[in-house]
Amino acid sequence: MLVNSSPSINTRRTLQIQDVGMVFPTKRGPFVALRDINLEVQRGEFVTLIGHSGCGKSTLLNLVAGLTTPSSGILLLQERELTGPGPDRGVVFQNHSLLPWLSCLDNVLLAVERVFGEKEGKAQLRERALAALDLVGMSHAVAKRPQEISGGMKQRVGIARALAMEPKMLLMDEPFGALDALTRARLQDELMRIVATTGATVMMVTHDVDEAVLLSDRIVMMTNGPAATIGEVLRVDLPRPRARVALAENRDYVQYRKEVIDFLYTRHSHVEKAA
Amino acid sequence: MGRALLDTPHDVAEPADTPPVRRVRVVAVSTAAKAVPAPREPFDWRGLGARVLPPLGGLVLLIAVWALATQKSASFPTPLATFDAAVKLFSDPFYSNGPNDQGIGWNILFSLQRVGLGFGLAALVGIPLGFIIGRFTLFNRMLSPLISVLKPVSPLAWLPIGLLVFKSANPAAIWTIFICSIWPMVINTAVGVQKVPEDYLNVARVLKLSEWKIATRILLPSVMPYMLTGVRLSVGTAWLVIVAAEMLTGGVGIGFWVWDEWNNLNVAHIIIAIFVIGAVGLLLEWSLLAVARRFDYS
Repeated sequence: MLVNSSPSINTRRTLQIQDVGMVFPTKRGPFVALRDINLEVQRGEFVTLIGHSGCGKSTLLNLVAGLTTPSSGILLLQERELTGPGPDRGVVFQNHSLLPWLSCLDNVLLAVERVFGEKEGKAQLRERALAALDLVGMSHAVAKRPQEISGGMKQRVGIARALAMEPKMLLMDEPFGALDALTRARLQDELMRIVATTGATVMMVTHDVDEAVLLSDRIVMMTNGPAATIGEVLRVDLPRPRARVALAENRDYVQYRKEVIDFLYTRHSHVEKAA
Repeated sequence: MGRALLDTPHDVAEPADTPPVRRVRVVAVSTAAKAVPAPREPFDWRGLGARVLPPLGGLVLLIAVWALATQKSASFPTPLATFDAAVKLFSDPFYSNGPNDQGIGWNILFSLQRVGLGFGLAALVGIPLGFIIGRFTLFNRMLSPLISVLKPVSPLAWLPIGLLVFKSANPAAIWTIFICSIWPMVINTAVGVQKVPEDYLNVARVLKLSEWKIATRILLPSVMPYMLTGVRLSVGTAWLVIVAAEMLTGGVGIGFWVWDEWNNLNVAHIIIAIFVIGAVGLLLEWSLLAVARRFDYS
């Protein structure tokens, strides 16, 4: 569903981030949030950005989403420079950001209409939206308003909205951060299933080590801000499908986990600064 | 500015349109409790008493004080005399003996018509203006100081301008309503637009929605509660202003009627008019609250 079947050149490379830096002007002079970011994401790859709060991982994701423009460097999506936000990147926000006056179906339809509205009829668009909701297991609540469903369900609908656009990339900003541990685990499993069925290319921001190791093909570990950059990239070579219970005792899993923790807490432990 | 916004009622339960649940799969929590019919509770007499008795007590107290105070007065009517006058007045509210002597029903309707016209025009101008001020900083900076200066001006100060421009009493009264009831709508709409959650605008940005879709699907529903608060305050102001304006302009209308009865020294009718004006104002407020409730999504 998310795989672009067009046989273009260098198709494996979906996203390229080249020498990207981000400087915010503040009252006390320019604040360097990110510097020298270089990263490539291959098609069908699941990449997580992990780091302490304030390390600019969300800033980096927003750059990819096009919500902010980099101060230096360029970002390429399938060899084309990114100039702003667009429906070719499906964004899942931390707080779901569903419109409360629209039903779940209409929330998804809003996105679907935007992308396919010119080519397809009403029935087809509806079909797409329903399929996306079915994919995330929300067929039973299509007519419900967001405030009538639980936080986990809202996030499912948020994912459905992003997926329904058939984006080249799925961008997720701590999508499960606001959920309780059990719901989070279930949604992680669901996400793995969805990614396996759709072959989606995903970039996800998280601060949860287990989540990163469980979901990722590669974990991008970021140094602390200001002027944060990519400290290390860890390739996670665990076979898929991954089962969380079995993994808990897997030696490789434990080792990957240890490496991330070692990076975060030993080499780049976060110093709380008085704000 | 923000004060007025807090008036919106939030004790509102949206009607949950729950379709028949066909396949309850992985996640069936919440809402389940709703379907089970609760066993009928015994009628809450004490709760009703607690809600009904104090207001009644207040009313009785008012009438008692009024009766005591007017016991020996010759000029101020007693509650009973006022009640008698009211019964007579409302037994024929729609008579018409020429322009200066019409039933109280006509007077109220004429006032409501002026309020409707003035307020309607104010909404037509004020709400779009509020959107523009809220969405574009330039206009906000341009118009905010003007609004701040014009907003506190008494309605009666506007009346001569109306008389001068329109050369006639009725349009002048409508003009006064217009200019006084426009500000709450402009300000509340503008604040509503500025307070559209950043998240929703981000959704609009990542979806790259057209300006039309942003306006209809995101701005309008999001601003609606603020806008309706503005409308409610505006109608209240309009109803306040009409009495004063009509006293000065004459014609048929509740304000003029009050002045007319004062000239006739019919104080009982003035007291009745005060109650009627209050009741109509309350009804206007209630009906708008009912409308606002339909658009509250929180």
